[in-house]
This record gives sequence, C-alpha cells and structure tokens, in this order.
Amino acid sequence: MTDLTLNPTRNRLQSQNWIEKAGIGHILLALFLLIYPAMASDFFLTQIGGYSLVLGMIALSLMLLAGYGGMVSLAQITVAGAAGYVVAIFGENNSGVYGFGWPWWIYGPLAIMIASMMSALIGWIAVRTEGIYTIMITLAVATACFYFAQQNYALFNGFPGYNGLRAPEFFGVYWRDPVPFYYLCLANAVVAYVAVLYGARSTFGLTLQAIRDNQRRMRAIGFNVTAHKVFAWWLAGLIAGAAGILLVWFNGRISPGTIAVGPSINILVIAIIGGLRHPIGPFLGAVIVVLMQTFAIDLVGAERFNTLIGLVFLVIVFISPDGILGLWERFKPQEGRDNWRSFKKAANKSENQGRNA
Amino acid sequence: MVDTSGSHSNPLAQSQGMTRRQVWGIAVLVIAAVLIWMVFAQWPDWLNSILISKKAFLSAILNGLTLAGLYFLVASGFTLVFGLMRNVNLAHGSLYLLGAYIGYEFAEWTGYWLIGVAAGFIILAVVGLVMQILVFRRLEGDDLRQTLVTIGISVVAADLMLAYWGGTTYQILTPGWLSGAIKLPVVTAVRSNGTEVFLVYPFYRLVVLLSAIVIGIGLWLLINRTRIGSMIRAGVDDRDMLSASGVNVHFVFAIVFALGAGLAGLAGVVGGSALSVAPGEDVRYLLASLVVVIVGGMGSITGAAIGALIIGLAEQIGLVYFPTYGVVLTFVIMVVTLAIRPHGIMGRSM
Amino acid sequence: MNINRRTLLALALATGMSAPTLAVAQAESIKIGLLATFEGAFTVLGEDSERGAMTAVDEFGGKVAGKDIEIVKGSSDASPDSAVRAARKLVEQDGVKVLIGPLSGDEGIAIKDYAKTQPDVTFLNGSSAAQDTTLRDPASNFFRFSTDGAQWMAGLGDYAFNEKGYKTVATVAEDYSFPYTQVFGFMAEFCKAGGHVPSKSWVPIGNKDYSSVIAAIPDDVDAIYVALGGADAVNFLSQYNDAGGQAPLIGGSITVDQTVLTAKGRLHDVLVGTPAAGPTADTNDDPAWKEFSEAYKKQNGAFPSPSLFAHAYYINMKAALLGLQEVNGDVSDGGKKLREVLSGLEFETPTGKVSLDENRNAIADMFLTEVTEAGDGTLVNKLIKVTPQVNQTLGIPKDEFLALGAVSRENPSCP
Repeated sequence: MTDLTLNPTRNRLQSQNWIEKAGIGHILLALFLLIYPAMASDFFLTQIGGYSLVLGMIALSLMLLAGYGGMVSLAQITVAGAAGYVVAIFGENNSGVYGFGWPWWIYGPLAIMIASMMSALIGWIAVRTEGIYTIMITLAVATACFYFAQQNYALFNGFPGYNGLRAPEFFGVYWRDPVPFYYLCLANAVVAYVAVLYGARSTFGLTLQAIRDNQRRMRAIGFNVTAHKVFAWWLAGLIAGAAGILLVWFNGRISPGTIAVGPSINILVIAIIGGLRHPIGPFLGAVIVVLMQTFAIDLVGAERFNTLIGLVFLVIVFISPDGILGLWERFKPQEGRDNWRSFKKAANKSENQGRNA
Repeated sequence: MVDTSGSHSNPLAQSQGMTRRQVWGIAVLVIAAVLIWMVFAQWPDWLNSILISKKAFLSAILNGLTLAGLYFLVASGFTLVFGLMRNVNLAHGSLYLLGAYIGYEFAEWTGYWLIGVAAGFIILAVVGLVMQILVFRRLEGDDLRQTLVTIGISVVAADLMLAYWGGTTYQILTPGWLSGAIKLPVVTAVRSNGTEVFLVYPFYRLVVLLSAIVIGIGLWLLINRTRIGSMIRAGVDDRDMLSASGVNVHFVFAIVFALGAGLAGLAGVVGGSALSVAPGEDVRYLLASLVVVIVGGMGSITGAAIGALIIGLAEQIGLVYFPTYGVVLTFVIMVVTLAIRPHGIMGRSM
Repeated sequence: MNINRRTLLALALATGMSAPTLAVAQAESIKIGLLATFEGAFTVLGEDSERGAMTAVDEFGGKVAGKDIEIVKGSSDASPDSAVRAARKLVEQDGVKVLIGPLSGDEGIAIKDYAKTQPDVTFLNGSSAAQDTTLRDPASNFFRFSTDGAQWMAGLGDYAFNEKGYKTVATVAEDYSFPYTQVFGFMAEFCKAGGHVPSKSWVPIGNKDYSSVIAAIPDDVDAIYVALGGADAVNFLSQYNDAGGQAPLIGGSITVDQTVLTAKGRLHDVLVGTPAAGPTADTNDDPAWKEFSEAYKKQNGAFPSPSLFAHAYYINMKAALLGLQEVNGDVSDGGKKLREVLSGLEFETPTGKVSLDENRNAIADMFLTEVTEAGDGTLVNKLIKVTPQVNQTLGIPKDEFLALGAVSRENPSCP
C-alpha cells in the first residue's frame, strides 16, 4: 500500500527531458498563469485570481493533511488567521490598538512562524484522536479560537478586529496593486504547490502516506507516528500562515468573522470540490468557489448562493470522492482507477481488520 | 472506563488507612454538604460579595441544570448514532432547528403545544430514516465521506430553512399550565423588615429538566433492558459480529438513526419553547453536542449525560461570573478533558 | 431595474411618447450600487433596507437628470470582510460611481477604509451606525446622511433621570460595538444629569438565554436599560417576565420596535411604559412621515411601518439622487462636483431637516417615544418629544467629546 499512484507522473521521473519532467500540463498552466494579467481586468486579477490563489493555498494546507496524512482539519483558516493577526498587531493598522509598524521582513517571518507553531499545537491535540474525531476536534478548536478572538479586546480588538492593514511597498512597488499582488500570490502559491508536490515524494512524504494507510504497521516498524503527524501539521501551518498574510493584505483587514465556522467549512468545501488527490485540486476548487461566490448574485441571486454551493459539494462528494480531479481522471482511462476512494476503502478495511483482530 | 481497579491494585493507598474509593466518597459527601448548606442557609456577606448574590448563584446553577437537560436531549441522539455507526452526523444541528420550526408550525396550526412536540419528534424521526436510507446506507463503510455529506446537507438545509422561514425569530408559545414562575422553598434573602424573599424560577424550565431526566432513564432502559437495546449494544461493541449472528443490521441502524433524529427534533421544540427559534441555532447546538459528547465520551449515553451536566453548568456559571470569556470556557474544558482522557470521560478506545 | 424599464416602456407606448427619447434614456443610465445584507441572519433587514432605497428611487420616477437609474445590488452577510468583497465587486467589476451601504456598524468602518482606496467613487452610508465611521479618521468620500447609534439616544438619559426619576440604572446589552455606542449615548446624558450605572452586563453575541444574567442584576436598581434587538429583545423580555422581574425597563433604538411590540407572548406587562429613543417614531403625526410611510408600503412585502433600516437607506439614497440631480448626473470628473454638492446638501426628510457636519456625518432630529397601550389593547410607541438637530458630539464641544475616548465595555462609566 505504500507505493501509491498518487502522482502518475512519478514513474516517468527518470526521463531526461525537462519538459517531460515537469509535464506538459504544468507548462501550459504556468504559461497561462504568467500571461493572465495581460488579459484580465484588475477585478479579475485580484478579486478572482489573487483571492483564488490565497484560498487555494489555505485549502492546499488542508489537502496536505487530509490527502497525505488522512487528517481532515477544519482549523486551517484559524492558522491563517493567526498569521493575519500577527500582521495586524506587529505591522500597521488604523484601529488604534497596537500596530507597532515593524517592517514586513520582520513581521512576515514572525507571522509564519507563529502560525506554524500554532498549527503544530493544534495538530498535537488533534493527533491524539483518529479519523473522524479529528474533524470534530479541529472544528471545536477553531470555534474556541473564534470566540476568544471575538471576546478579547486586549490582543484581538474583539468583534471589529483590525482595519487598515496595508501591504508593504518595496523595490518601488506597492504590493497590493493588482498586477504585483497577483504575481506575489502566484509566486507563493507556486512555491507551496511545488513544495507539496515534491515533498510528497520525499522520504517524509512517503512515510506520512504510509502512516495514513496503516498506522499500526508503521508504529510496529518503529516509526514515531505522532512526531511525523505533528511535523505534517507544522508544514501545513507554514503554507496556511503565508496564505494568511496574503489574505489580510488582500482584505486590508481581519476580524473574528474571518476565522468563524463558516469560512472554515468553506475551506473544506474548496478542498473537497477540487479534490484531495493532487495539490492542484485545492486551487481548482478555489477558482470554482470564488467564481460562484462572486457571480452567484447575478445568476441565482445572493439569497440562495449557499444552496447552490452546498448542492455542488454534495454532488461532488457523492459521485466523485476525488472532486473535480476525480472527474477528470474518470475520462482518462490510461491512468487507471486506483483513486482515493478505493484506497480509502482499502485502508478502512485494513483498519477494521486490525481492530477486530 | 471508570478506574475502579485502583483500590485493589494499589497497596499504597490501603496502607494509608483509606482506599481511593473512600477518599472519593468523603470528597463527594463534603461537596454535597457544602452545596446543601449553600442552598438552604442564609448567606453571610462575604459569600454574597464573592458570588454576587445567592439569587444569582442559585439561578445560574438551576439554569445550568436546565440547559444540561436540553443539551442531553440533543447530544444523546448524536452519541447513539456515533456509537453504533461510527457516523458523525454534522447535520445534527440542522435536525434540531428543523424540529423546532416544525414544532412551531404544528403548535400554531393546531393550537396544542404537545402536538407540536409530538410532530417535532415524529417528523424528524422520519427525516432521519430517509437520511439513513438515502444517504448513509449508500456510503456505508466510508466514514469520512459520510461526514462530508452531512456537512453538505447542513449547509443546504440551513439555507433552505432560511429561505422558507426567513431570518425572523419564532417563539413557540408554551401552554398556560406550563408557563409562569413558581416560588421554590429556598430563601435567597431576608429584607430589613424580616420578610423572606423566596427564589422564583420559571416552571417550564423545571419541566424541561424533568423531561430530560425521564427521557434519559427511558433511553437507559431501552438500551439495557430490551431486545432491540441488546442488539444496539452488540452493534456498538462489534457490528460485524452482530450482522454475522443473523441480525438485520440495517434495521437496527435505521431504528437508531430515527430515534436520534427524533430526539434532536424533540429537543428543538422543547428548546425553542424555552428560548427561541432562529437561523444559526443549528450551528450552536451542533457545537454544543460536539463538545458534550467529546467531553462525555463518544457513543455513551451516560457520557452524554455527564458531558451535558458539565457543559451546561460551565456555560451558565461562565455567563454570570466571567461573561467575557464564558463562551471560551466550554472549549477549554473540552481540550483539558482530551489531554487527560483522549476518548472522553466515559469513552472507550476504539 | 428591468421591471421599471418595462413599466416605463408601457407608459411610453400608452402616452405615445416618441421612441428616440426612450432610446436615449436607455443608453444613458446612472449606475448606483446598493450594498446590504441579502444573505445570512440579517436578510430580513437587508430586504427592508432595499425597500427604503427603492422608495427614494420611485420618488424620482426611476430617473435622475433625465437618465435611468440602474441599481446594482451587492450582498454581504453582515461580516466586514464580505461587505468589502461585495463593495469591491460593485466598484471594480460593475463600475458604479456611487455606492449606498452598508447595513451594520462594523461593516461601515470597513467600507470607510475601503473608500479611502477609491477616491473617485462616492460612498454614502446605508444604515450602519458606528461612531467611528465618521468621527475618527474619516474618509473624505464617505457621507452619512443617517445618524449614529449614540445620536439615536438623544434625550433618553435626561428623560429617564428627570421625568421618570430613575437614579440608578443597570444596563444589559450585547457585547460588540453597536450596543457599546448605544449605551454610551444613553449614559453620556444620564450620568451628566446625576444618575448612576452600578452594573453593566455585556452578553456574548449569539446568547439566547438571559435568565442567569437577569438574576445577577442587582435588586436595588430603579430601572434596567436594555439595548438588544429583535429576537434577543423578545427573549430577554419573556425571560424577564418569567423571572417575575419588577424593575421598569428603558429601551435602546431597536429594543421596542414594531417587531418586538407585535411579538406573541406575555410581554405586555413588562413593556408598557418603556421609554426609548431613535431616528424614527412609528406614530409620528408629521404629514411628511405619513407620506413616506405610505410610499414605503407600496414596495413588495413591506412591513406595516418602515424600519429604521428602510429609513436610513431612504435618506441616503435620496441624498445621492438629489446630489446627482444637482450635478446633472455628471460624475465624469471622478465625482468631485458631486461630493462638493453633497457636503453642502441640506434637505427636508420625513423626519425633519438633515444637514452634514465637517466630517460628513448627519445632524438630524431624534425622537423620544414611550410604549403605551392603544385603545384596542395593542402596544404602540407614543411620540413624547422630538430632540431637534442632534449632532454627532451630542451637543458637547468636539474636542471635549473626543477626550471622552472611544466607546468600549468600560467607557463611559459612572458606578
């Protein structure tokens, strides 16, 4: 079970040609993303493009945990929010509370560090439980953080949160201007994407996937299961933290509403719609959800937006457990059908056998 | 599992003259004595100054107990379904809210509150049955997808309920014989002219508490004293063996799911009468039942009762004595419980 | 605006109006963004605010300066993030040059911040009533022709102390900025008059069970000031009644509105005699108010009487339209002329004269009411007194007012 066909391209890695190595799809996608600013309006550039990339990164951190680690977390937006609050407190804001005005190259790494530590902490609590419990524990932790931020004025400025957060200016560029912001998001997203893609093939990545498939066996072999899982949480925290900084630069603000239950479920919806099998899934899901969110008001009216997105989510979960990616795979017969559902089933079976033994 | 083995396996405790069980017994007695004194004695000033007033303290305790009753009604169905099917129904809060709306409609339509309560139970039981047959049976054995589906259902259900009933708040009116306040034989203060002020408490809330206790005992009897109960217990222990022994597992699943959903609906009507019915209550009660069963232990009815007591009391005492962080308190309790007992107070490792 | 255009077309055909005029009118329309809560828990309020805004549009016959008015709706769920996102879509994608909204307080502060990044767009408030939307660090292109939550309380503290004779009052309110502002407005007057507020209960948002809070209110206060709205108010009142509460109540602006007065339940006894204050009064006899009320009722699904959300959106929309009329619908200069006109705009509303201060916040009349029993046993808000031309600093000199500090749980305090 350890040798998963998660990345169909893997067995072709030996080939010398860099085009083949990266995959023609990747190159086309990269080209499209690079010239996208030339064809998109400012609105499509930031509100659709940039925002999708940011949400996609947060969902990617969930995909890392769920897809490779088997731990579905509803606390990813909380981790991103932690980074956002660090930016608000140590950077500049105009809410009259804190706002130390530190430069971005200090508060940025600090925010990512704090977010990743927090992620590791949540992970450390969550890995005491397994499977389905993890969803509940992380939901409860996320809610606790939301309530705390809402009630606490000394640190989080309570219900209104922080306003007037500005992206920095450096190299003569204001990084919240449409084109720079888009490329900033793109650069971050690509780094995170490539890191997850290649990280999954590293020793750690393979070990994590093996733990997902059979925890007992890995423990018996002598792996420190908890340490591996917590480390995965820490890594996911790095991605979510970076995305959190971009998110507050994008919104210009952060408040408890940013990390409430609704947004945290939204991240899960994005990841599931996109698919948990491949790191491109979360980004696909984010684009779909953001487009729906933005234009639903012109189509079905804002009133029933949630029904629409809920139904799409339900249909996806029912017919294609691997999200949009799974649908894609279905029409690509040569890649085989060893998809997430089947190995998930197998994993369940082996777990049940383990329990019954 | 409650640790009862300590008294036998720990010679150190015995050598000190008291077993662990005796120590616990004495502690419980002392606490009970203090509580009884706090209920019936006239409070000295220093106690009043610490706890605001006797009235505030006793009301918080009583409200905590009532709330615990309500939480137990919601969480018992949740925990029962989990125990048997390993299925975390994150649409459980939606069932609560739907039950409340349906109870409201029926109570308005017929003019009888009790019919509203019955309708909330029966219709939601049917809804639960339909959910089990149409949704969960198809995804059997895939816990994660079952849970994801319930998230989807809760999102859609919340939006459709908002579309149909709107954002306004409904109050389910309790009948005259249930409303009003009654005087409890507890003196909270003595006026300067010597007259005694008695504690006044809404009668309906006492009824809620009482019915939760009755339903709790009923559930316990159902599970421990009936044939279907023994099937359920067998299913909780090992559902593969249960089906191997010739029992129609799907029938048992359906019954339990219907019962769980019905209890959520019933709780919706009862809770909606005590407080009110509005969008957002679904998430509130889902979170409450999550915390209750995580603290109490997933799959255990007794655990749900203990969890509900702890959370209900914590919430109300928090609201009065440290309102700012009261809402966070319940989650802190949950995390602490998890740190000490990862499977909850009454939980077993699975 | 499809329906309106179709009505116009029908009208044009019926009266034999020449086609070319119509074509011109269609070609040149003025886009106005309308941002309100069309999703989430505040949907009902959002819909009513749309009714208010459309009442103003209909008053102008759907046209301003000879051009059709095209309303583009944006929806938020009452969270500041979603409000900014919706405003961005309206401004950056749909290209509106005038935007009306948002509905709630913290959304308002977020939109004000966003307004600073869009200097060519003119923002008018919807019904949001936080002080700092205009008081501290205002945006030069954000206008509020409606008033803030502290202004709404004008006259109430005085009335409670002097007329009602309450010397000590406890407050119960939700734990966020709008109720802070309301309590601030009440206490500013009440404390100044010599009253004391020994106990303030801040109830966490979303809490529905007030019984423990009620039990913890000191027994010896003369009255309880309650700043809760809609469902929360109904919950509080019925639980207060169940607990056998004796002390009389004082209401915030949304505590004793029509929805609460008509709510079923045993609220009658606790409600009678409750004074409250706000920007509107249901039983206002002013013909202008009655006329507005009638016009409002022509909207689909209207309430028996316009809510204060409908009222605020109406005022702001009307101000926008008056301004656009003045500049002949021309915003090609980035709305500079429009904003100049708006800054000096002064007009008669259904609730009296409205003008702006130097921070572009409204100075308007406030209404003090008291719940009384009508002949047929129903409850109505009787108009007691009109406090004329209340400004944002409640009549206190501005520097003195700013020195009082921003509203919070602890500010103000007079135990």
